[in-house]
Amino acid sequence: METSFALTGKGYVIVAADTTAARSIVKMKVDEDKIKEISPHLLMAYSGEPGDTVQFAEFVERNIRLYQIRNLYPLRPSAAASWIRRSLADSLRSRSPYSVNLLVGGYDTATHEPKLYWIDYLGTQVDVPFGAHGYGSYFALSLLDRYHDPEASLEEGLATLKRCVDEVAKRLVVSPGRYKVKVVDKDGVREVEI
Amino acid sequence: MNTFVERFTTNASNGLFCGNGAVEEDEEFSDAMWGSEAGFGSLARGVPSFTVPSVSDPAAFLRLHTDDHADPNCKIKIQHGTTTLAFRFQGGVIVAVDSRATAGSYVASGTVKKVIEINPYLLGTMAGGAADCQYWETYLGMHCRLHELRNRERISVSAASKYLSNLVYGYKGMGLSMGTMICGWDKTGPAVFYVDSDGTRLKGDLFSVGSGSTFAYGVLDQGYRWDLSDEEAQELGRRSIYAAGHRDAFSGNTCNLYHVKENGWNFIGNYDISKLHYDGPGDVAGSPGHGYGYDLRVEGRSSVNAPEAAPAVAAQA
Repeated sequence: METSFALTGKGYVIVAADTTAARSIVKMKVDEDKIKEISPHLLMAYSGEPGDTVQFAEFVERNIRLYQIRNLYPLRPSAAASWIRRSLADSLRSRSPYSVNLLVGGYDTATHEPKLYWIDYLGTQVDVPFGAHGYGSYFALSLLDRYHDPEASLEEGLATLKRCVDEVAKRLVVSPGRYKVKVVDKDGVREVEI
Repeated sequence: MNTFVERFTTNASNGLFCGNGAVEEDEEFSDAMWGSEAGFGSLARGVPSFTVPSVSDPAAFLRLHTDDHADPNCKIKIQHGTTTLAFRFQGGVIVAVDSRATAGSYVASGTVKKVIEINPYLLGTMAGGAADCQYWETYLGMHCRLHELRNRERISVSAASKYLSNLVYGYKGMGLSMGTMICGWDKTGPAVFYVDSDGTRLKGDLFSVGSGSTFAYGVLDQGYRWDLSDEEAQELGRRSIYAAGHRDAFSGNTCNLYHVKENGWNFIGNYDISKLHYDGPGDVAGSPGHGYGYDLRVEGRSSVNAPEAAPAVAAQA
C-alpha cells in the first residue's frame, strides 16, 4: 500500500515516497515518481485516490508557478502550504472532491528554516518535525518519536529514514519495494539514493 | 450446529449438547494410567468433547449480543483496544502490557491486569476479549497443574500453549476472541508462543499483539538484539509500551512489566504512561534519566540553519 515519509533535520527536509502504482491487486508500475518539485525550494509528496493525485499535484504545481511569474518571487513554504490546504478544503466542499494526502516540505530561504507540513484530504494542515502517510505511518511514527533529531546531519537523517523503510519492509504485509527520496535545503531540491 | 457438536462428541447420549462430557474429568482413570501417558492421558477416553451454551445456535446467540458494529446498543461489549508485547533474549523473557480497557470509544478501565499469572513459571497476556483470556488462561493453569501431578514434572511452554491453541480451536467460529502470548521458562530455556482464537500458534522471539502493536513494533524492532542486558531489555519493553500508549487511542494509562528468568517470573513494576512521557520511569534499571516524550527529548534543539554571516534570526529556541 502507498506509504510516504518526511523528516526535517539541520537545514534540510527529506521527503520519501514509495514508487509503486497499483490498481486492485496488480502493480501497474514500479518506478512512479510521487514527489513533485513544485518550486525551487519546495517538494510535495502525494498519495491517495488514483487519478486525483496527479491531477491535483499538477494543479498545485501550475498555480505556484503562476504566482512566481506574476510576482517575480516564489511563495514561501508556509504560504504555499496554506494555499494548498485551502485548495483541498474548497475541493472537499465541491461536487467532486480531491482525495489526496500530502507531505509538503520546503526550505524557507528567508529564515533558513526547513519546514514540513502534513496535510490530508480533509484539509487538515499540521506543521510537524516529521510526518508519514499510509499504512507505513503506523510503524514509522513511534519510531520517529524515538529516533528523530531536529539537529541531525543529512547522513544521520537518511539513516533514520532507512530505519523507517526497513521497519515497514519488515512488518507490513503489502510493503512497497522501492522508494524515491528527495531532499530540499538551501541549494534547492535534489534526488538522493538510500 | 448440531452436526458440528456431534462430530466432536464421543460420549454424548443425546447429541444435542454434551453437558455431561466435561464435568467428570478424571474419575474414571485407573491408578495405573497416572503419569505414564506421555502427556496423552487426556486422550485415554478418546477425543475430548466440548461444552457449548444450551441454545440451538451458540454462534448466532453470541453474535446477536456482542456485535456492536451492527448494533451499538448490544448487551455485551467486548474489549478490543490493547497493546501487549513479549520478547525472548539472552536474559530470559520480557513481558510488557498496557492497562487500558475500552468499550467502543469509552475508556472502561485504566487499571486492568493484562498479564495473567498462570503459575510461577508461566505468564499469559491478554488481548481481545478480556473475559475469554482470563477464563481460558486460568483454566489452562488448572490443566498445567494437573500435568505436573500426572507426570511429576512441569509442563513445557510449548505443551501449555498447544493445549490452549487446541482448546480454542475447538471453539472456532463460535465467537471466542483472544490474542495471547504464552511466555515462560522450561527445560529448553526461555520461550514465547503466540496463540490466538483462530487457532494460530507461533513460536518466536518477539511478538506484539493488539491495536497498538504496530507502534510497539516500531520501537521494539529497532532496539531489539538477542544479547540485550536485563536492564536494557526491561527499558525496551517499557519504552515500546509507552510508544503505543502515546500513539494509539485505545491503549494507555499504565504499563505492567514482567521479567521471566530461570527461577520463574518477577513483577518489575507498574508505570504511569503520562509519568513516563514527562518524567521517565524514575530511579529504575535502564532508565534514560528523562521523560520519553519527543518534545522533552529534543528540547532546545532546532533545525534552523542560519549561515554564519547572516544575522541570527531566531536561531536558538
